[in-house]
Amino acid sequence: MAYIKLPDNAAGMRGLMAFRPHLAPHLGAFTEGILCIEDGLTKAEREIIGTLVSKLNDCQLCEGVHGAVAACYLDDNEVLIEQIKEDYKKAPISDKLKALLNIATSVQKGGKYVSESQIQRARDLGATDIEIHDTVIIAATFCFFNRYLDGLGIDPIQDSEIFRQRGRMIAKGLGYAPKK
Amino acid sequence: MPHISLPDHLPGITGLLEFSQNTAAPIRELTQILLRGDNSLTQGERELIATVVSHNNECRFCTSAHTAAADLLLGESETCEMVKYDLDNAPVSDKMKALLTIAKMVQKSGKSVSPEAITNAKAQGATDIEIHDTVLIAALFCLYNRYVDGLASVTPDDSSFYQYLGERIVNHGYTRLPQGYDHLKNS
Repeated sequence: MAYIKLPDNAAGMRGLMAFRPHLAPHLGAFTEGILCIEDGLTKAEREIIGTLVSKLNDCQLCEGVHGAVAACYLDDNEVLIEQIKEDYKKAPISDKLKALLNIATSVQKGGKYVSESQIQRARDLGATDIEIHDTVIIAATFCFFNRYLDGLGIDPIQDSEIFRQRGRMIAKGLGYAPKK
Repeated sequence: MPHISLPDHLPGITGLLEFSQNTAAPIRELTQILLRGDNSLTQGERELIATVVSHNNECRFCTSAHTAAADLLLGESETCEMVKYDLDNAPVSDKMKALLTIAKMVQKSGKSVSPEAITNAKAQGATDIEIHDTVLIAALFCLYNRYVDGLASVTPDDSSFYQYLGERIVNHGYTRLPQGYDHLKNS
């Protein structure tokens, strides 16, 4: 049960957005700005970074929702998302994305864990400054949201169908910004 | 040297926020509301939360900047120093000790926050909003610390730099300067 009294019938982030509604538009706009753009990294790649970091942070809610969004962008390929979470180095994804995920796993531990050689490896595989930047800020942002949810004891969601529904809603156009 | 090409005249977080102004705008707004908006926690108390998290993440840039801001807001430097190195004996209220303890748990991970720490904060008079905002500020600095160090943004050694930055975030806040930052070139 959540550590604070949240509005009823609002699971996950929705309860927190309703608790401090003046913060919600900024949280939503920030999330959209890093996840809902196709510039360098695809939307699917952005969600994959978020999903992997959430798994490493053991945040069941974020792992579930963002894994579902990523699968939705990839023709419902849930198997691929599971493979990436299990061992991204062996998953059928590009070497460049593997190099970026490698950077993301270091960011998850702490900023100082990112090494020059990890960055060089990503560059050698074609990653641009913007892609490296976006990888780091997405990984850091999930370290933020994972802590926000779990730090307040927000209940997990057990029904994976709910993740699929939310994933579809987000991927098919609703995005993350609170809608009027 | 930073991992990506950043403006030379803007070390630390500022160069990153200028590199990516589209992503920067909403997070600047969020930070401004959280750390400077109306709140039962004082601005100084909120800067202590930012400082203790940055300190435990070993982010020298953020620790120095927010220590400077906290010192300016509190009018002395002992409290912030004690909060970083000896929280139990720091000259802050029991409620603040309980909230700073929660912030230190958030720094480790969300799951590290224990029900006992929350119960203790409530027993010391912390409201749900204060607990929420403590967790959110602590989590936000886990983002900033990783953003700055994950891209190896420049961390100046000169303490006068942080004094200037502390004054800027106390007097102006966290939104982008209306005139931008070109005036800092060659300074």
